[in-house]
Amino acid sequence: MTDQLIIAGTRLKSRLFAGTAGYPNQQVLLDSLEASGAELVTVSIRRVSLEGYAESLVDLLGGKYRLLPNTSGCVTARDAILTAELAREALETDWVKLELIGDRETLYPDVEQLVRAADELVRKGFIVLPYCNEDPVACQKLADVGCAAVMPLGSLIGSGRGIANPAAIELICARSPVPVVLDAGIGSASDAAYAMELGCDAVLLNTAIAKSHDPRRMAAAMRLAVEGGRLARLAGRIPERDFAEPSSPQLGLVGS
Amino acid sequence: MTRLRINGVEAEVAVATIAELLAERGIDPKARFLAVAVNGAVVRRAEWAVAALSPGDDVEIVRPLQGG
Repeated sequence: MTDQLIIAGTRLKSRLFAGTAGYPNQQVLLDSLEASGAELVTVSIRRVSLEGYAESLVDLLGGKYRLLPNTSGCVTARDAILTAELAREALETDWVKLELIGDRETLYPDVEQLVRAADELVRKGFIVLPYCNEDPVACQKLADVGCAAVMPLGSLIGSGRGIANPAAIELICARSPVPVVLDAGIGSASDAAYAMELGCDAVLLNTAIAKSHDPRRMAAAMRLAVEGGRLARLAGRIPERDFAEPSSPQLGLVGS
Repeated sequence: MTRLRINGVEAEVAVATIAELLAERGIDPKARFLAVAVNGAVVRRAEWAVAALSPGDDVEIVRPLQGG
């Protein structure tokens, strides 16, 4: 079956994008990424320790996965743009997950700065995937300035509360001219499947796997959930009804 | 000695270029996945050996780490 996800002209094998942070150890991370089937995995950009350079995890991931650097922690467009430019130099990729945080407690995006930074990065030749509000207008503005996808939040980063506003996500998916990636808030496999059923093109998650009791198993669950949700979306769900509709034939009942 | 701001920390160092600064800090300039910015602008790897540092320069030395 040909059902491929294409972002900025690049075919991605998996509709599950995985974060790499917060795992109990490196081996569990590597095993979990393998089990997730993810091709695109996110990394952050941080200052090196001035006590010396140690081999990083990225040395292990580089050859096997497509790395998507993020601008996590940035609260100004200026810092986010510099972080993206440093990421491009460090990783030799034009792709960036643009995060611009407006509030440290909720990690909600600062939409005004996000659109401005996205606009500037697109002009500088970046493939911009912005983490954004579940707001159709914000998503449209981000698409208008040339973002390659939009990544609305399901619920707060790391909260595991699933998709708080499914109607808004469905609306964004119905109207977006670019792929929609549900980013943040996924708690378990059902949330990932639901995102796909609502029409999302992909799901990006991290904590739901990394902090689960058995990350390897949860990674496999997420892979299946995203595939299942996507298939269900393509198949088309039945309409909801107010009353029962018998599925067995009503003719030839015994004793009638 | 040159007074620089390196990853947010003030330091006096006896170096003239980015390559020398990295070496002085125990960072192999040939290590993969490194990136450097001076005063908010990225300096390409090819220029590290010749890019001169001036007193007061704000240097950022970064690499990728785990992230979400």
